[in-house]
Amino acid sequence: MTAIPIGVPRRLVEFTLDGRETRVPEGSTVLDACRAAGTDVPTLCEGDTLRPKNACRVCVVEVEGSRTLQPACSRRAEPGMVVRTDTERTRHSRKVVLELLASSVDLSTTPRVAGWIKEYEAKPDRFGPDAARLNEEPRVDNELYVRDYGKCILCYKCVDACGDQWQNTFAIAVAGRGFDARIAVEHDAPLTDSACVYCGNCVEVCPTGALSFKSEFDMRAAGTWDESKQTETTTVCAYCGVGCNLTLHVQDNEIVKVTSPHDSPVTHGNLCIKGRFGYQHVQNRG
Amino acid sequence: MDLHFGDSKPTDEERAAVDALLGPAESSWEGADRSDADLRWARGGRAARDRRDLLLPGLHALNDRVGWISEGALDYLCRRLTVPPAEAYGVATFYAMFSVRPRPATVLHVCTDLACTAAGAGELCAGIEARLGPGSGVGVERGPCLGLCERAPAALAIRAGDPVRTAVSAPATVEAAVAAATAPDAAPGEPPAAAAVPQAGQEGLVLLRRVGVVDPASLDDYRAHGGYTALRRAFELGPAGVIREVTDSGLVGRGGAAFPTGRKWQATASHPDRPHYLVCNADESEPGTFKDRVLMEGDPFALVEAITIASYAISAQRAFVYIRGEYPRAVDRMRHAVDQARARGLLGGDILGQGYSLDIEIRRGAGAYICGEETALFNSIEGYRGEPRSKPPFPVDQGLFGRPTVENNVETLVNVLPILTLGAPAYAATGTAGSTGPKLFCVSGSVARPGVYEVPFGATLGEVLEQAGVRPRLRAVLLGGAAGGFVRPDELDLPLTFEGTREAGTTLGSGVVLAFDDTVPLPRLLLRIAEFFREESCGQCVPCRVGTVRQEEALRRIAGRTGAGAADDIALLREVGRAMRDASICGLGQTAWNAVESAIDRLGAYE
Ligand code: SF4
Ligand code: SF4
Ligand code: SF4
Ligand code: FES
Ligand code: FES
Repeated sequence: MTAIPIGVPRRLVEFTLDGRETRVPEGSTVLDACRAAGTDVPTLCEGDTLRPKNACRVCVVEVEGSRTLQPACSRRAEPGMVVRTDTERTRHSRKVVLELLASSVDLSTTPRVAGWIKEYEAKPDRFGPDAARLNEEPRVDNELYVRDYGKCILCYKCVDACGDQWQNTFAIAVAGRGFDARIAVEHDAPLTDSACVYCGNCVEVCPTGALSFKSEFDMRAAGTWDESKQTETTTVCAYCGVGCNLTLHVQDNEIVKVTSPHDSPVTHGNLCIKGRFGYQHVQNRG
Repeated sequence: MDLHFGDSKPTDEERAAVDALLGPAESSWEGADRSDADLRWARGGRAARDRRDLLLPGLHALNDRVGWISEGALDYLCRRLTVPPAEAYGVATFYAMFSVRPRPATVLHVCTDLACTAAGAGELCAGIEARLGPGSGVGVERGPCLGLCERAPAALAIRAGDPVRTAVSAPATVEAAVAAATAPDAAPGEPPAAAAVPQAGQEGLVLLRRVGVVDPASLDDYRAHGGYTALRRAFELGPAGVIREVTDSGLVGRGGAAFPTGRKWQATASHPDRPHYLVCNADESEPGTFKDRVLMEGDPFALVEAITIASYAISAQRAFVYIRGEYPRAVDRMRHAVDQARARGLLGGDILGQGYSLDIEIRRGAGAYICGEETALFNSIEGYRGEPRSKPPFPVDQGLFGRPTVENNVETLVNVLPILTLGAPAYAATGTAGSTGPKLFCVSGSVARPGVYEVPFGATLGEVLEQAGVRPRLRAVLLGGAAGGFVRPDELDLPLTFEGTREAGTTLGSGVVLAFDDTVPLPRLLLRIAEFFREESCGQCVPCRVGTVRQEEALRRIAGRTGAGAADDIALLREVGRAMRDASICGLGQTAWNAVESAIDRLGAYE
């Protein structure tokens, strides 16, 4: 973050990470420590501005004295802890978790996952052709964004972003339970009948592309979506006085989507409907 | 928070059901007709949000009265409590006993779990469905253990209305179950709780000594049989003294985790945050377990007294009893006991003139095994989905409503009474050094006298089965419930203690002893266990949400196969099982594979 809170200096916690003495500020997670030390730990449900729900379990590490593996993203470093991030045990769990995920949902638009599947030698096909999958049809019920829950890994990020951590609109929640659990609005209605205010903050945090801009969804369907041809320009929203930072994603001289930098002290990644979706006027060239 | 409610309106009946719980709505902001005053101010806000814990009782009120929860009804309840409808929908769809689609007013829950399956639940269900046929006005739902395993197979009929009516049929025949569903008011009454205690009335019982001896509805009778002497003793000792006795007694939790009770109490008692809460976990949903039900039905005042003592020790002034929704009689008996105790000054402002005040609230679960996990239970009481929280923080630091909380199950709490009346040393003289006191076991399956048995810790598995009259040709015993493990008939000298079972690589779990003779098809049983965990997973974490599905699929593939034909899938089961045990958030996912693994390793299930 660029906003540096000047608070009471934090004490340092000393612990052992992969055999090396490590010091991190009090309150840091094991994942923070790993990142500071340059150790790569895969993560899916962790997000930079939300409290991790630690639901995906790909980031698990071994903590000495602990019966089970621990999620690096939410386990706080404690003095004297002995942590190992890359053991046969952690690799096994990560491999199986990746297999379970990839065999049940469509991870084709989830960044980095293909690399981890290779790295951990996961074989999602081994559960056989009849393995249950989500296989949901994309829900296209409005012009702004699309919900394709066949790609949803239930990381709860969109729920937290819509609820008490960002937006305070509480338009979406998890409904049902077990394998049948799904993100849904009240009564599982179309989005247009729900409390959604189309801020798109859920789209901002979704790690899998289960929530995406209608523009992106349509371009992918047409085969014209090409991130290598896109440029990103960060500017200031012109609609009102809040002054949110917008990042315009431009392909072939057209804005294709709008995000907001998570390290912006004004928005922390949040926008409203105007800043996020109201860009058409910029490209009405008469 | 900027809440949005749809246009659907509640029916008069739905509105009445909610208003009976919450009182009439005061303004149009809460769903009443608009008045002039409503244009000037809005009530609600924090005061209404603080009642979020009434969401589950509100859903029950609707489900009890109407049989299902409509959009209009849910929206009205949400307005009254300032709960976002999407969240309330997520809560309503979490619980198996609620429906958000129209369904018949009468639902017949037929148990298809382990003891009942062994007793022919499959044929029973088919028979009931054939007899009722379409258009009978009864919805038949096959489901998990109803906690009536000693009378398997079991069925529970619930008819929505004002008041809601219930009837139990166990052991159930097609005729009896259909009769209970079609005329619940005319159904024959349940046998007394003591019928589930073959030892009832015997000399020397400690935990069960009043079951079948006292009238469970009479406070006077309870006092005449030694009731409330333990509480008097507690007041003499003071909170610190009570905790010392409990610590010295060596009591550990009976719910499966076996954590020292005194230590838990001490940690909460000394926590600077206030208020403190006590939660009694009476959500006994482990298949094969019914001891807590029998205690609540047969000796409810004992639990009220024990909760009072525990709350006093940790200085809690509000205690909750969370009883599983499938136990209507236990809920009634406990409500009655709490009301009686309150009316007689044994709960409320100034208990026994000691200046200590406590109130106990009874909350009903709604069909979710996972709510027996302590942090899931907190979420459920608070009006959220019953999803386990990750630990740390532990409940002694941040439990119910984020406050220091002690959670104990029914059996654990009831042990506190003899600890105080006998004194810690005398109590600890029973059992072994590592497992002190008496222990309850729920024996069912292939035995002549199924029921709850009380034995001192250290009795062997064979001795307990002997008492229950084990039938010949025993094939396997499931110890500890679906999350426990199987043992072989040649392991009957296993001592039933925490240390003894641990040494033998198995667990006491919740005290289930489920015996199967060789007529029970093992693969079918294992499939049922896998199905149970798949159905009961909360769905929060990937290893459990998807792992339980993959395990059930593998078991379906190999049902009927053995040897090399099953080897691939067994390897797969092991790999998935290992990751579930290592990487799941809570005990459900971590133990879901135990029983099947033990059947493969100890019983040679697919050899
Ligand atoms: S829709 Fe996206 S953000 Fe929401 S739970 Fe699914 S994967 Fe996570
Ligand atoms: S994104 Fe919305 S709140 Fe932010 S500056 Fe633009 S119009 Fe204002
Ligand atoms: S292990 Fe299963 S029940 Fe427990 S949190 Fe994970 S999904 Fe939920
Ligand atoms: S990133 Fe840690 S559990 Fe998902
Ligand atoms: S009541 Fe059917 S198995 Fe317990």
